[in-house]
Amino acid sequence: MSERKLGWTTAELAARLASDIPDGAYVNLGIGLPTTVTAHIPPDREVMHHSENGIVGMGPPPPAGQEDPDLMDAGKNPCTLALGASICDHTVSFTIIRGGRLDIAVLGGMQVSARGDLANWRVAGQKLGSVGGAMDLAAGARQVWVMMTHTDKSGRPKVVHECTYPLTAARCVDRIYTTLAVLEVTEEGLVAIDLAPGVDAAALEACTEPAVRYAESVAHF
Amino acid sequence: MVASIDEAVAGVRDGDVVLVGGFGIGGVPLHLVEALARLGRRDLTLVSNNCGTGEIGLALLFKNHLVRKACASFPAQAGNHHFVAAYESGECELELVPQGTLAERLRAAAAGLGGFYTPTGAGTDLAAGKETREIDGRTYVFERPLRGDVALVSAHRGDRFGNLRHRRSSRNFNPVMAMAARLTIAQVDEIAPAGAIDPDDVHTPGIFVDRVVEVPGGGGR
Repeated sequence: MSERKLGWTTAELAARLASDIPDGAYVNLGIGLPTTVTAHIPPDREVMHHSENGIVGMGPPPPAGQEDPDLMDAGKNPCTLALGASICDHTVSFTIIRGGRLDIAVLGGMQVSARGDLANWRVAGQKLGSVGGAMDLAAGARQVWVMMTHTDKSGRPKVVHECTYPLTAARCVDRIYTTLAVLEVTEEGLVAIDLAPGVDAAALEACTEPAVRYAESVAHF
Repeated sequence: MVASIDEAVAGVRDGDVVLVGGFGIGGVPLHLVEALARLGRRDLTLVSNNCGTGEIGLALLFKNHLVRKACASFPAQAGNHHFVAAYESGECELELVPQGTLAERLRAAAAGLGGFYTPTGAGTDLAAGKETREIDGRTYVFERPLRGDVALVSAHRGDRFGNLRHRRSSRNFNPVMAMAARLTIAQVDEIAPAGAIDPDDVHTPGIFVDRVVEVPGGGGR
């Protein structure tokens, strides 16, 4: 809970990220933290959720007792279908992913480099890992947003010069949503486009390896 | 159509490549998999998105020491101690495959293709040693077809021609695996009378399916 002292809670971060998803977008929210974004999508926006196991138009979890064993999300939890949903098989689901039909994939992250390299499937030295659909999403979605705590459990930066964990994909990340800031990955490096309340440049840079520049909208300090 | 679940898996040989449909537990033909575990054929190569969990389904193949190699995208998950034990003892080798690449390698085999180039995995450990090619300025990885000797699939309804209709997200890998094996065996919740499945509603055409066995209320499949 040390993160609680500075920056957004993960729930506040989910709401912050959700506010950037436009009406009509097709999105894939990865397992873990990104899944929590669903509950924060503003009610006036119609966002279609893709699930890699063949659902376009996934709805929220069903009430207890109404689970359908033939309907589950990518995390293998019961889900429902939203208005306008469709079902497809795995080859079509990954045609949607690799074919660039998803407007946004929100993925969890272990490390993101200043160039937008993403590591999110296996820690260095770990023998057994699971990759799932992460590499396909990172390679195929039009926009890849990473949602993660700003530092790891030991307080080490997760926004780094070079990923030391095995890569999910190189140069794939467009935006990083952390508990401290929203960072755009640009050709010229990282640009902070939003800072959590109470976070200033010194606080951000103290736990971020690469240099950060600031958009005019956040240069208030 | 065959009358019993054990009759359905007859003919599987030692050393076969066995494709098993499903995602997590959704759409896994659990009864066929358990019949295969009873049959006891050894040195199998198992191709499935996951490697089982708990004491049911795919987990039993590892518990019974029948699998020499697993091809999966998400083998490491909670509760899969039987796979982990087989892997850590060196009894079972793992080929970790990104999920979309797994689906497409099956599709390539089904479609009689010699492989394909995908951007997924480029520059990562999972592309190590594989041929790459620059196409229109992007790096692609060459992936080979993945053909099965046997496919075990599930469906909601099937008829005596082998036509299958899947249900909701239990469709997942089942259609492509049904198409990618020499011998395809389907477990269905319900045998439909001939003609009762409208031709427009057939998801997996019967030409791909060799045997159908009914498991009423095969829930979780």
